[in-house]
Amino acid sequence: MSTIFSKRLLFGACTVILAGLVFFACQTTGTQSTFGDDAARQVYVAPGEYDEFYSFFSGGFSGNLTVYGLPSGRHLKDVPVFSQYPENGWGYTEETVPMLNTSYGFVPWDDAHHPELSMTDGVPDGRWIFINANNTPRVARVDLTTFTTEEIIEIPNSAGNHGSPFITPNSEYLVASTRFSVPIPQRDMAISDYAGNFKGTLSFIKADTPGEMDVAFQVLVPGFNYDLAHAGKGPSFGWMFFTSYNSVEAHTLLEVNASQNDKDFIAAVNWQRAEECVANGNARRMVTRYFHNHMDAATQSAVSTEKTSVTVLEPTDCERLVYYLPTPKSPHGVDVDPTGQYIVAGGKLATVIPVHSFAKMQQAIADEAFETMIDGIPVLQYEAVIAGEVENPGLGPLHTEFDGRGFAYTTAFISSEIVKWRVGEPWDVVDRIPVYYSVGHLMIPGGDSRQPWGKYLVAMNKITKDRYLPTGPELAHAAQLIDISGDKMRMLLDFPTMGEPHYAQALPAEMIMDKQVQFFPIEENEHPYAAKSEAEARVERVGNDVHVYMTTIRTHFAPDNIEGVKVGDDVYFHVTNLEQDWDVPHGFAIIGANTSELLIMPGETRTLKWTPQGEGVYPFYCTDFCSALHQEMQGYVRVSPAGSNVSMAFGTGN
Amino acid sequence: MKRFLFSFSLLVMLSLVWAACADSSDRSFDDGASPADRADGLSQSEIEKGIGPIEKVELSAVIDTALVSQGEAIFAVKCAACHKLTERYVGPPLGQVLDIRTPEFIMNMMLNPDEMARQHPEVQALLGQYFVPMPNQNLTEADARAVLEFLRDAYMGTSEVTP
Repeated sequence: MSTIFSKRLLFGACTVILAGLVFFACQTTGTQSTFGDDAARQVYVAPGEYDEFYSFFSGGFSGNLTVYGLPSGRHLKDVPVFSQYPENGWGYTEETVPMLNTSYGFVPWDDAHHPELSMTDGVPDGRWIFINANNTPRVARVDLTTFTTEEIIEIPNSAGNHGSPFITPNSEYLVASTRFSVPIPQRDMAISDYAGNFKGTLSFIKADTPGEMDVAFQVLVPGFNYDLAHAGKGPSFGWMFFTSYNSVEAHTLLEVNASQNDKDFIAAVNWQRAEECVANGNARRMVTRYFHNHMDAATQSAVSTEKTSVTVLEPTDCERLVYYLPTPKSPHGVDVDPTGQYIVAGGKLATVIPVHSFAKMQQAIADEAFETMIDGIPVLQYEAVIAGEVENPGLGPLHTEFDGRGFAYTTAFISSEIVKWRVGEPWDVVDRIPVYYSVGHLMIPGGDSRQPWGKYLVAMNKITKDRYLPTGPELAHAAQLIDISGDKMRMLLDFPTMGEPHYAQALPAEMIMDKQVQFFPIEENEHPYAAKSEAEARVERVGNDVHVYMTTIRTHFAPDNIEGVKVGDDVYFHVTNLEQDWDVPHGFAIIGANTSELLIMPGETRTLKWTPQGEGVYPFYCTDFCSALHQEMQGYVRVSPAGSNVSMAFGTGN
Repeated sequence: MKRFLFSFSLLVMLSLVWAACADSSDRSFDDGASPADRADGLSQSEIEKGIGPIEKVELSAVIDTALVSQGEAIFAVKCAACHKLTERYVGPPLGQVLDIRTPEFIMNMMLNPDEMARQHPEVQALLGQYFVPMPNQNLTEADARAVLEFLRDAYMGTSEVTP
């Protein structure tokens, strides 16, 4: 009995020891339970493994969209949107140049601020991401199966498209508001006559049908600076909230003059009411000019269309359309909590974070608790709509997102911190964490939606100073990843970002990673200049235009020797990549090209225009390391004097 | 007996230690390296029929001309940039390929070229001769079967030989 007992004991002890061994053997060597090591483990994504989230950062003045994995901060991709991108020929190739058409002509750059994921039922759905162009007002749609820009709509009657593109819960509309009020329609007038004469517009863009984005209607509003927006959801579904500042309508030295009023406004717009008024004929068509550009999937080429009028709605012609909610002071961000009950404003110069109640707003409207009217728009009484004021929120509160567990997180630009506060009584700050430095937006995956994935928060900081190895006068902006899964926020990671990211959005990787297009089926390529097999490769002359129908496959061009081109010709290289496998783009570059290279995805056709300047024999080559014999992937074009009788000849391997 | 049971349990648990760790630390992934000894490990069937999804192809005695035209069209788009029927181009000429390869080998080469190049000694020998690994053109099995019929037709000399 005792032997059995002792053996059982021994056996049990062995089990415990072995279990302990299992546990310790699996720990990384040299583990210490310091804070830093914990943080390192949380952001470490082992080689061959994937990040948990895709995050999409605006490029700001780079004009594109940048993609990072979270929690690692790995930079995955730049998606060119509003700016020419010589790395792949975006905005240089014949196929993509028309994507940058505007009523101002070809505009090859912009300032992109706010990525916005498409939504279904108030939650990001992973179909598309939209982004605004601030300078020459536009909104773009990027497809999340190809990570390419597929559509761009210009916004007429707009200047400074900052408050954009914020989306409604089922992607019914994106909005675009005017930071700069201007004469509408544009005309020559004295700047000093701004007050009362300049106007703003709040545009609602139909966004739910690819290839058919258009401005559904614009609401003409007083000439304040409209800044940011967010849609109502749940009980507040059907409303859109826009911040405005400069309600004094100053036109010079705004840093002093624009902030004279104690409170500016959030404009609450009932877009369902707007639909009624438009349907009832209360709107008018205004003559204007703007462009709609989209990539046709079959021809792989941009189609650019000019539009000549837009629907404009004036609040005086549509009662109960717009209400102003007084909001201290020069409010910047406006954010709606996941339940849709509360509307939070970030008053840059305010000492509190004001939170409006949607229910109280409805009551105030019913009670006609109006302070005054501005151009036919009722201004609701502050006390009638305010739900709470968060005290001691840090200096310069700007933007707020939510964790879905009843807490909000607000950036404080001047005091460089994030404050966490309770949504609801007693509206108190429960935690704060310093960030480095001067934080603008913050982002929680889904943090503006009905159901945030409240695990991480990313702070987007404007000033980096001493955070990274210095790189001369210009420094990368900093993103900082913060763990918000517990009661206390914990700083995990710094990573540099490209351009000037203003805002970002993120979603769980599994929502889109399995939907990625790997190549374009060559059979479906309907590009008018495609050569869909090497047998179709050829050169054709049409007057002074020479069209080269070229194919690529590992590891040659067809044709790779071309003769008969003359000085004075324009040569169009239409290069079709015959590869039908993932991750095998080919490049094309020719000496002296005044444009860029081509980067051609498998199954795709891209066109480079080249105008040879003088006679000679000129090489071209593949720029994307494609195989062991990549360095052999080259060819020559012979250029003869104008009027010479060298005949057209081309081929490969003969 | 009890001692045996005890030792056995110990062994099981030790292997658990190993397995539990192997599971989380084995981050190896297919990096394209070809372990030299694996080519030797191929079965005779794999040597003859290649490595891939095709184990057995049923060939009819009579050429299916409709399938030949399908195969010819696919060949033109996805194969002819590197293969001709009667002469060496980037890859070997294919007009007489049925002389030296089984139908299964031909289809597996079309469907699984990366693994074939890594593991099959015949394909490795070809690589030494032609230098360029054959790209995967993502043919479906039906596509590959049609191309095979086109190659059968060419082999029997009834196809018009397009260079």
